[in-house]
Amino acid sequence: MKREIVIIGGGPAGLAAAIAAKEAGAQDVLILEREQELGGILNQCIHNGFGLHTFKEELTGPEYAARYIERAKALNIPALLGATVIDLGRENGALTVTFVSRSEGLVRMEAGAVVLCMGCRERPRGALNTPGTRPAGIFSAGTAQRLVNREGYLPGREVVILGSGDIGLIMARRMTLEGAKVKCVAELQPYSGGLKRNIVQCLDDYGIPLKLSHTVVDIRGKERVEGVTIAAVDDHLKPIPGTEEDIPCDTLLLSVGLIPENELSRQVGVEISPATNGPAVNESLETSIPGVFACGNVLHVHDLVDYVSEEAAQAGRNAARFVAGEIGSASDDSVKLIPGGMARYTVPVSVSPRRMAEQLTVRFRVKDTVRGGVIRVLVDGEEKLRRRRPVMAPGEMEQAVLKKEWFAGGEKQIEIWAGKEE
Amino acid sequence: MIHELTCIGCPLGCALKVETDGAGAVVSVTGNTCKRGEDYGRREVTAPVRTVTSTVAVTGGKEPVVPVRTRTDIPKGKIFDCMAAIRQAKVQAPVAIGDVVLADAAGTGVDVVAAKAVEAR
Repeated sequence: MKREIVIIGGGPAGLAAAIAAKEAGAQDVLILEREQELGGILNQCIHNGFGLHTFKEELTGPEYAARYIERAKALNIPALLGATVIDLGRENGALTVTFVSRSEGLVRMEAGAVVLCMGCRERPRGALNTPGTRPAGIFSAGTAQRLVNREGYLPGREVVILGSGDIGLIMARRMTLEGAKVKCVAELQPYSGGLKRNIVQCLDDYGIPLKLSHTVVDIRGKERVEGVTIAAVDDHLKPIPGTEEDIPCDTLLLSVGLIPENELSRQVGVEISPATNGPAVNESLETSIPGVFACGNVLHVHDLVDYVSEEAAQAGRNAARFVAGEIGSASDDSVKLIPGGMARYTVPVSVSPRRMAEQLTVRFRVKDTVRGGVIRVLVDGEEKLRRRRPVMAPGEMEQAVLKKEWFAGGEKQIEIWAGKEE
Repeated sequence: MIHELTCIGCPLGCALKVETDGAGAVVSVTGNTCKRGEDYGRREVTAPVRTVTSTVAVTGGKEPVVPVRTRTDIPKGKIFDCMAAIRQAKVQAPVAIGDVVLADAAGTGVDVVAAKAVEAR
C-alpha cells in the first residue's frame, strides 16, 4: 500500500497540515491519530483564548478544533482513529510508516511524504529529582487537566502547583473554580514561564500567590500527599537554607516544561536540534530527511495554537509541493540561520533563498527577559531589519520576517539577533 | 488615580495605564496597542468582566462531561454564582456545539452554551 502524504497526529498541527496539503492539490492525504477523536490536546483545553489570530474571535479549545475538523471533513480527508504509529523508516529510498490499530491490525505503508505532527509531552516528576516520598496525589498539570475537563474528576482539594507554565496557571484557575483551594504556584525561575495574561486572569483574579524563585524541596505523605516544603532559591537556582516553608496539601501539580515528542523522528534518523529538542528544519519545514516535514509542538513548543496552525499549513503545502515534484531535493544555496545575542534558537535553521516564498517567518525564543529590546536581522553582517520590542520573555515566542529580496545569491549566514537596544 | 494593568485581550499582554478621576470615571487609557486594549482598560477599572468556561455532566453520552462557556463575558463578581449553577446542570446527549445548556446563568442574562459536540451512547 502506498499513500501520497501521511500526517502523523490529528491535533491542531495535523489538521492544519492535512487541510493545507489537500487545498494545495495533494490527492491522497491520510491522518493517523492514536486517540479516538481528532483535535488532540485542544479537546482538554476548555478555556477560551484560542483563535484570536486566525478567526478574530476568542474560542475555547474544542471550538477551535471543531472548525478544523469540519474543514477536514468537507475536504474528505480520511483519518484513521485509534491508530498508533510505531515505526517510521526508510526502505530503498521510500518512506515507510507502520501503525497498529484495533480495526486494521498491524499495517505498513509507503508514503510519498510524511508530516510529523506528534506534539509534545510534559516533563515528569522523575526529571526534576525532587526529594520526598512517592504518594498518590502528584500529577502533571496536563494529566489533572484531562481528569477534570474530560473525565469529570477533581483530583484534589488542597493544591500546590510547581512551575508556572501556562497549563499550570490554567489549572490553578480551573481547580479553584471547581472548589479546590490552590495555595500557591512556585516557580524556580525569577520569571514565569507562562503568558502574562494567564498570570492576571488565572492567579491574580483569584488571589493565588505566585512565588518566583521558589521550588519544592520535599514531598511528604505515605499513601497520599500530606504536604510539601517549598524554599527560595538563589541565583544558581539552589535552595537557600532557612527559607523552607511547609504547606499542607493533598495534591501537587507539576507544570515544569514540555518536550517535543520525537521518538519516531529519531527512529528514522531525523537530525534533532539540541536547543528545541525538535527536528532541525529548513525554510520548507523539511527535516534532514527529504520528504519528512515537521510542524507544531513536535518541532518546537508553541504558546499559541494560532501559530501552530499557521506553521502547520506551511508544512502541509510544502509536503504537497514535494510530492508534486515542485520543490525538489534540498538545494545547494542554503544559508545558515544563527541565533545571536539573547536569541536562544531559530526555527528554521537554514534558508534556501531559491526555495523560500516572498516572505518567511522565523520563530525564536529569548534566553532571559529583555527590557527595552530590539530584534535585528543581519545578512552577512548587514542589518536588514530592526524592530523594537519593549519586553521579550522566554515564555513568549518571538518572530522576524525574512524577505526574499534580501538575497542575491552567495550569502553565507543570517543572524537573528535579540537583545537590549544599545 | 492611575491603575496599572496587564491587558488580557490577547497574548501580547500590553502594560496598560488607566487614569481615573475622583468619581472613578476613566480619563485616559495608555499603553494599549489596539482598540481591544482600550476597551479592556476602561471596563477593568469600572465593571470588570470575564468569560467563564467549565464542564457539565452529560447523561447518555459517549463522554461523561461536555465543555461549556458563557456565550459572552459576564461580570467578574458573578463568576462563582455562575459556577454554582453550572455544577448543578446536567445535559442529555446528543449535544451540539452552541446548544444552550443553562439559560440566563446566575441572573447575568448570559446563556451557558456547549463548546463541543457529544454523541449519544
